[in-house]
Amino acid sequence: MNKIVSKEKFSENVVKLEVEAPLIAKSRKAGHFVIVRVGEKGERIPLTIAAADAEKGTITLVIQKIGVSSTKLCSLNVGDEITDLVGPLGKATHIENFGTVVCAGGGVGVAPLLPIVEALKKAGNRVITVLAARNKDLVILEDQMRKFSDEVIVMTDDGSSGKKGLVTNGIEEVINREKVDLCVTIGPAIMMKFVSLLTKKYEIPTVASLNTIMVDGTGMCGACRITVGGKTKFVCVDGPEFDAHQVDFDEMLMRLGAYKEEEQADMYKVR
Amino acid sequence: MAADRNVAWREDLRKTMSNKERTSIPRVQMNELNAGYRARVREEVNQGLTKEQALVEAKRCLDCPNPTCMQGCPVSINIPGFIKNIERGEILEAAKVLKETSALPAVCGRVCPQEKQCESQCFYKQKLKKEAVAIGYLERFAADYERDSGHVSVPEIKEKNGMKIAVVGSGPAGLSFAGDMAKKGYSVTVFEALHEIGGVLKYGIPEFRLPNRVVDVEIDNLSKMGVLFMKDCIVGKTISVKDLENEGFKGVFVASGAGLPRFMNISGENLIGIMSSNEYLTRVNLMDASNPESDTPIYKGHNVAVIGGGNTAMDSVRTALRLGADRAMIVYRRSEEEMPARLEEVKHAKEEGVEFLTLHNPIEYIGDEKGRVTKMRLQKMELGEPDASGRRSPIEIPGAIEEIDVDEVIVSVGVSPNPLIPNSVEGLEVTPKGTIVVNEGMQSSIPMLFAGGDIVRGGATVILAMGDGRSAAAAMDLYLKK
Ligand SMILES: Cc1cc2nc3c(=O)[nH]c(=O)nc-3n(C[C@H](O)[C@H](O)[C@H](O)COP(=O)(O)OP(=O)(O)OC[C@H]3O[C@@H](n4cnc5c(N)ncnc54)[C@H](O)[C@@H]3O)c2cc1C
Ligand code: SF4
Ligand code: FES
Repeated sequence: MNKIVSKEKFSENVVKLEVEAPLIAKSRKAGHFVIVRVGEKGERIPLTIAAADAEKGTITLVIQKIGVSSTKLCSLNVGDEITDLVGPLGKATHIENFGTVVCAGGGVGVAPLLPIVEALKKAGNRVITVLAARNKDLVILEDQMRKFSDEVIVMTDDGSSGKKGLVTNGIEEVINREKVDLCVTIGPAIMMKFVSLLTKKYEIPTVASLNTIMVDGTGMCGACRITVGGKTKFVCVDGPEFDAHQVDFDEMLMRLGAYKEEEQADMYKVR
Repeated sequence: MAADRNVAWREDLRKTMSNKERTSIPRVQMNELNAGYRARVREEVNQGLTKEQALVEAKRCLDCPNPTCMQGCPVSINIPGFIKNIERGEILEAAKVLKETSALPAVCGRVCPQEKQCESQCFYKQKLKKEAVAIGYLERFAADYERDSGHVSVPEIKEKNGMKIAVVGSGPAGLSFAGDMAKKGYSVTVFEALHEIGGVLKYGIPEFRLPNRVVDVEIDNLSKMGVLFMKDCIVGKTISVKDLENEGFKGVFVASGAGLPRFMNISGENLIGIMSSNEYLTRVNLMDASNPESDTPIYKGHNVAVIGGGNTAMDSVRTALRLGADRAMIVYRRSEEEMPARLEEVKHAKEEGVEFLTLHNPIEYIGDEKGRVTKMRLQKMELGEPDASGRRSPIEIPGAIEEIDVDEVIVSVGVSPNPLIPNSVEGLEVTPKGTIVVNEGMQSSIPMLFAGGDIVRGGATVILAMGDGRSAAAAMDLYLKK
């Protein structure tokens, strides 16, 4: 069960794993995620399904090393089994022909963005993808994105690849030049907050896919709760995608810091 | 049952002692770990009765011609039948009598609210105004004795009838249903969303009250009977009810529980350090977060407030003590009398040093610059007239507001049914509250789909869930044989 059939290193800290999971491969849709646990003492962490092959019975996960659990997962090799893998979870992305869609991804958000870009393209949209990273080495999945995007704009903090600037500069460039019907953004909470502020200014409907702390991923605990339009929502069952203009990003940013100290203290386990 | 009361050995046994002698024996005291010690460890608080204690306690039971205790038991266990077997020293036989009705006697003996059920209807309590026979302790004794004896009877299994049955959820309802169906010759597969089998018995009720090994024995027995367990599989997500049908499952029993936590929607409730009891208990019990080896983090609060008065609240507050809290408090808006928790849990919590702020209701949480909760504001209450639930409803005392320091708050104000199945099965009738509608045979509006336990009742009890599982098995068997 859950055997790793292929592994590819995108960069020092980003790894792609293809995992045997026939039931999930069959039932998943763009936007769905899985909960993964590595080892009997492992933590349950959510990961978006980047791609799936129903015939082969595999799903693809793209993992960025950030904490103990993601590092453990990245250190697994072909032939290893993932202790637990459950899904597909969350609501699937609402896909239709919106017209022109800007898909903005940064950091770990790029991997989960890929299946959405693919689905939007297949639904007939004009898709412009903006990828943001600190530097050239951290830009991932650029080629895969090109396959399903009408245009890919790369933004780096230091200008070592694409243009120099932030993800918002890239989006604004598109907005200034053509009519944008929808924006989809996935990335660090702080990035999504600024994307949301920008598109609100231009009144462009925007969907953000949120990556909160989770435990079960099935609506059982409330660890993933956030405030959307003044109401408490559970990201794992009500989301992960929400109307970005309604999301209280400041609260979300605060809640993401809940276990900072405990997590840092745990890092000795993988060093 | 009258018949089994008249068997020769029971008649003889009744004559060995006068009722006067029997009723003059004081009720047995449970052997408990010392409160000071146990409040910091995970070991089970109740150590069980010794055989000597059980034999004496069993003598107290008068073997009444009309055993009212049985009417108090939601599944009508043959109570005098098992107790008299203990009295004559046939403990394994006693365990067998229990198993005729209950699939999980070692569990129910530990977690049933006996003081509201069987023991409340006991002749001692009703007529003699004395302490009831310790039915729960004796039930636990017989079940533990059988388990420790190594002579657990694996039930007889009818020849396989070739029919496949699916169970959704592995809590008490799902497990008892699976056991009964396996006995009847069906091939049973239990699908569980989590990475552990046992439902609330594993992720909710802590080790100090219900050790995992007690539950694991029951699960092992089911495996021995041929029941298959499929973990990490969410019916309605990983696989649909339709898929199950297509794969040849002839019946589906939904026992998916009431796992969704409720919050109070008051200001500041999303601050860091405030969480549902489900999250808190799941981190500690299922994920073993307080063990340094575990990757799952847990915040160990110093001043911990738990909101609510049920078993879940008691389990949370006592867990907080065990994680090292200096001050662990129950905040409950009614008075102690109205608390739905088992009496014994309230007693244990008090002995361990839990503070009870009854007639207090949180109205606001206040946090520091990092968003971590530091204070809570409490509205003091007083009791008014009885409300729809028959309990005296709390009303606010105007202006009586208190502020106390807290760095962790566990919200334990109830749960809602798990919506996964109701949302994913077209044509399934559900109530406005989200529970699945069933007939007396636990059959839903979709004939091949039966349901029981908390998904039908809302948050209820282990014994009712267990009973539902058994009734559903009987009814589904009839339905499939038609
Ligand atoms: C902390 C706590 C303490 C309690 N203490 C007591 C007590 O002392 N005495 C008492 O009598 N009762 C107690 N209760 C209540 C009691 O535990 C429940 O009433 C009982 O467990 C309900 O059983 P169930 O089988 O219906 O559901 P559960 O035990 O809730 O099991 C449901 C299972 O189904 C799984 N599931 C849900 N949806 C799906 C799906 N779509 N696919 C696959 N699996 C799914 C869940 O993960 C879960 O494991 C307590 C409850 C809690 C939370
Ligand atoms: S199952 Fe519960 S209610 Fe029934 S006899 Fe045992 S302890 Fe009492
Ligand atoms: S992760 Fe537990 S409710 Fe969302």
